[in-house]
Amino acid sequence: MSHLLEVKDLEVKFALRFGDLTAIDGVSFTLDKRERLGIVGESGAGKSVTGFAIINLLSKPGYISAGKILFEGQELNQFSEEEIRKIRGNRISMIFQDPMMTLNPVLTISTQMVETVLAHHNMSKSDALDLALEKLKKVYIPSPEKRLDQYPHECSGGMRQRIVIAIALLTNPSLIIADEPSTALDVTIQAGIMDLLLELCETEDMGLILITHDLAVVSEVTEKIVVMYAGKIVEAGSTEAIIHDPKHPYTQGLIKALPGSLQPGSRLYQIPGMMPNLTSIPRGCAFHPRCTISDTICRKEAPPLISVSDHDRMVACHLVK
Amino acid sequence: MKNTNGLLTVKNLVKHFDISGGLLDQLAIEKGHIVRKRTTVKALNTVSLSILPRENLGVVGESGCGKSTLARAILGLYPPNSGEIYYKDKRIDNLTAKEMLPYRKRMQMIFQDPYASLNPRMTVKKTLEEPAFFHNKSITAQDAEDKVAEVMQQVGVDPQWASRYPHEFSGGQRQRISIARALIVDPEFVVADEPVSALDVSIQAQILNLLMDAQEKRGLTYMLITHDLSVVEHVSTRVAVMYLGTICEMAPTKQLFESPRHPYTQALLTAIPKLSRKKTKHIKLKGEVPTPINLPSGCIFHGRCLYANKRCINEIPRLIRMDSGATVACHGVEEGRL
Repeated sequence: MSHLLEVKDLEVKFALRFGDLTAIDGVSFTLDKRERLGIVGESGAGKSVTGFAIINLLSKPGYISAGKILFEGQELNQFSEEEIRKIRGNRISMIFQDPMMTLNPVLTISTQMVETVLAHHNMSKSDALDLALEKLKKVYIPSPEKRLDQYPHECSGGMRQRIVIAIALLTNPSLIIADEPSTALDVTIQAGIMDLLLELCETEDMGLILITHDLAVVSEVTEKIVVMYAGKIVEAGSTEAIIHDPKHPYTQGLIKALPGSLQPGSRLYQIPGMMPNLTSIPRGCAFHPRCTISDTICRKEAPPLISVSDHDRMVACHLVK
Repeated sequence: MKNTNGLLTVKNLVKHFDISGGLLDQLAIEKGHIVRKRTTVKALNTVSLSILPRENLGVVGESGCGKSTLARAILGLYPPNSGEIYYKDKRIDNLTAKEMLPYRKRMQMIFQDPYASLNPRMTVKKTLEEPAFFHNKSITAQDAEDKVAEVMQQVGVDPQWASRYPHEFSGGQRQRISIARALIVDPEFVVADEPVSALDVSIQAQILNLLMDAQEKRGLTYMLITHDLSVVEHVSTRVAVMYLGTICEMAPTKQLFESPRHPYTQALLTAIPKLSRKKTKHIKLKGEVPTPINLPSGCIFHGRCLYANKRCINEIPRLIRMDSGATVACHGVEEGRL
């Protein structure tokens, strides 16, 4: 069976004066049609870079140094800029964190939406406008006709993010990559945006990659999770399994560190130290200096990502059997 | 009225911001006449609350609900339009800057963004020494240095790094330093405005633990402002829920999370993402938060409330103390129909 998206041994490097810096090191995962995947990790783990790499949006000095990205059977990383443009924003849409930054402040909503449609489809302007209206209705924007003539600053943060989602939907993509889509929003607005994404994946036949630092959000929306640390996948599996039975010490720490899982007022579990800088990733397992159970082997050898217990479960830890 | 038990008491606090700009900005033409119009943001509308000693009061609400304005007004950073603020028994909102000085030492603040709240041109030592010298003119250089080392140790930053600049630290360490800056004058009351919102999960846990430890060791009283309800649930003893510049519900944490009374609190609580595969049903509110420039009549929440009736549109609900100990501002709860 062919997957919607297959990322195979992806390696992303940044060419710097003093040599290449490895930001993503051998990341592999697959996504089927209509499947929802969460990429979780803290800042600097490489989640966003992974998202950018998929649609070839890495800005210099970043580049894909190895690996394959297969989307609907096509090898995206071999595409020229011209060819990737037919995929990006068309078959694969992206939603970013800050809707104020992604919308152009000096263009009306309708101009931006029509522009997107016309960039990918050959249709009349009035047809494009109808399509824009239809998508705005889909994301539950009240009085969408009025919104079309407004500028981004006239809309609230949640409304803007809905508009961004509507723009992403214009071309009927089969995959949406959402990079921290609700981080800048209030909880009530976030809940609405997440409900909307979930609903759209089902009604519009889309796959979703949700990139976020928030395990709780991911657990409500996705079916499977990839946990990243210092450019590598440390654990992958079904959302259910990862949330209820985390195997990797880092995943366990992340879950235990969340307030809400413990008795109120008790000390929160804290992972000692912090995520290493890319220039000084520790030898062996990158997590070993922060790990409570690390052993001599952890300091020497990087653990491979191997499957454990059930079929879908992958863990990169020497000490997890 | 005496405020016998509260460390800090706020009574009917009102803060409006005039954003009408210059004279020319204010002029408008109406029915052929030139009229002058003023625009005010009504950030706080008769807010009353009392914070008990050694309590951790969480203040939650969405952006723009006035939680930060409340904190800043309490600390005297914004002069209130009306209302009274008492520290223990002393009214502090009408003091001169000089009279206020001893209270500034007792009340400190921790800000959200440790990248913005630390002066990039000052070393950690200078940053920490400044308040120590400012509030204690007689302190010797050696004493100040010892104090800096002691506080740095307490917040978990190696005192050897005192000569470094903020950019040499990570976000979590910077937040530790800004906590140290608040603690160095030995305050009694600390306002933490979104202290962990800018931090990663694992770092967030470290900072929350640090805040809880400091409270235990120093007997601090906190006002914790955050939009993250799970943080409040974990560390606060009592919670005040704000909406558009008013408090709509205030209750002990456990009670608020177990049986929220106000319809807004109920909606807010269902919106918290929870670590579970089971999808919680979010209560969907109608529309969006109205602008604080034109406040709705009556209950400010009525436009989005599922249970609003005519009375809610016309009459402003008062905060009413329930038998359970919670205070709720809702006609529906008062009438017993909710």
